[in-house]
Amino acid sequence: MLDEYGIVALFAFVAVVFPAIPLLMAWVIRPKKPNKSKRATYECGLEFEDFPAEAQNVWVQFRVQYFIYALIFVVFDIEVVFLYPWAVAYNALGLFALIEMVIFLGILALALAYAWRKGLLEWT
Amino acid sequence: MIPLPFYLTLAAALFCIGLYGALARRNAIAILMGIELMLNAVNINLIAFWRYVKPAAPTMDLAGQIFALFVITLAAAEAAIGIALIIAIYRSRDTVNVEEVDLMKW
Amino acid sequence: MSTPLVLTYVGFFVMAAITLGGALMAVSARNLIRAALGLIIALIGIAGIYFVLEAEFVAVVQILVYVGAISILILFAVMLTRGLMKRDLPAQNAQWIAAAFISLAMFAALLYVALSTNWRAVETQVAGDLIPKLGTELMTTYLLPFEAVSLLLLAALVGAIVIARE
Repeated sequence: MLDEYGIVALFAFVAVVFPAIPLLMAWVIRPKKPNKSKRATYECGLEFEDFPAEAQNVWVQFRVQYFIYALIFVVFDIEVVFLYPWAVAYNALGLFALIEMVIFLGILALALAYAWRKGLLEWT
Repeated sequence: MIPLPFYLTLAAALFCIGLYGALARRNAIAILMGIELMLNAVNINLIAFWRYVKPAAPTMDLAGQIFALFVITLAAAEAAIGIALIIAIYRSRDTVNVEEVDLMKW
Repeated sequence: MSTPLVLTYVGFFVMAAITLGGALMAVSARNLIRAALGLIIALIGIAGIYFVLEAEFVAVVQILVYVGAISILILFAVMLTRGLMKRDLPAQNAQWIAAAFISLAMFAALLYVALSTNWRAVETQVAGDLIPKLGTELMTTYLLPFEAVSLLLLAALVGAIVIARE
């Protein structure tokens, strides 16, 4: 069973080596004549050093709403984990399992309803 | 099959790396990463025991896998709450260095 | 059809190296983004270990939940608490020597238990497709924990929203 993953391993190996070869070849062959504007962070005519000091801080503060979206995503990601084996075994399980899953989904829907009610799904 | 102690040794090494991270890092998020590594080490053990040791009851054949699923779920809940706490602390005290969050220390 | 033993060994050692290398990067990197990258590498290596153990479903769940969701949460946390790299504090605290000693002692103890216990391990084949069986067990034997998980997730989401909202 495991040796069927040999194909996957081979594919992963090729996927790493295939882009590595041209990069390595370019690194060997290319001429190396660096100058200031070539070494600039953004090669668009604006020097990074010319920016005002507060704009040079690249660690910008992200909004906490990104985190709330990620939280909701995590909850429904885990819901999928439990839905999948249930769905595969559905024909063998019957009505009782359906009720169980409805309760499970209902409780998780409460979580979504809470976030919705608090207005967290709107981008303000 | 590979002998079971191979997996147990790997899990022990991973657990101890995570333990070091949880004990020695200053940053609260890095401590959380150490805790995640420790939880994963436990999961490796659960899956390895599922594969190598058979339970007596046939209805609990997949106990190891299901335990691992629950551990992953709990880890997600723990990470969500932990990070929310870190963000709240960062907002009120402007730091995530655990050594500066010592208001309740004698 | 069983796998040639040498292939299993190769898979195990490659994945173990990826896991431990990523874990070492996660606990030692000063830059938190690098530490998070190390954590993600370690989590992918662990998924590979699950594949070697023929627990495919858990391996996929590991990638879906850990690599896909939890590491996103951690990266967001790093980005939300910015301005930490400016100060020249070492990444480790003052007790790092004691922490290293405790970790090594813990490793020695765990290694002793792992190698000296008779685990009564048996060699078995994994019997075909396990996912229907997993679903059945989840809905019968583990029904109560399964429903408790939904309550836990509800509590975690509501709690995290209450704590993190501005």
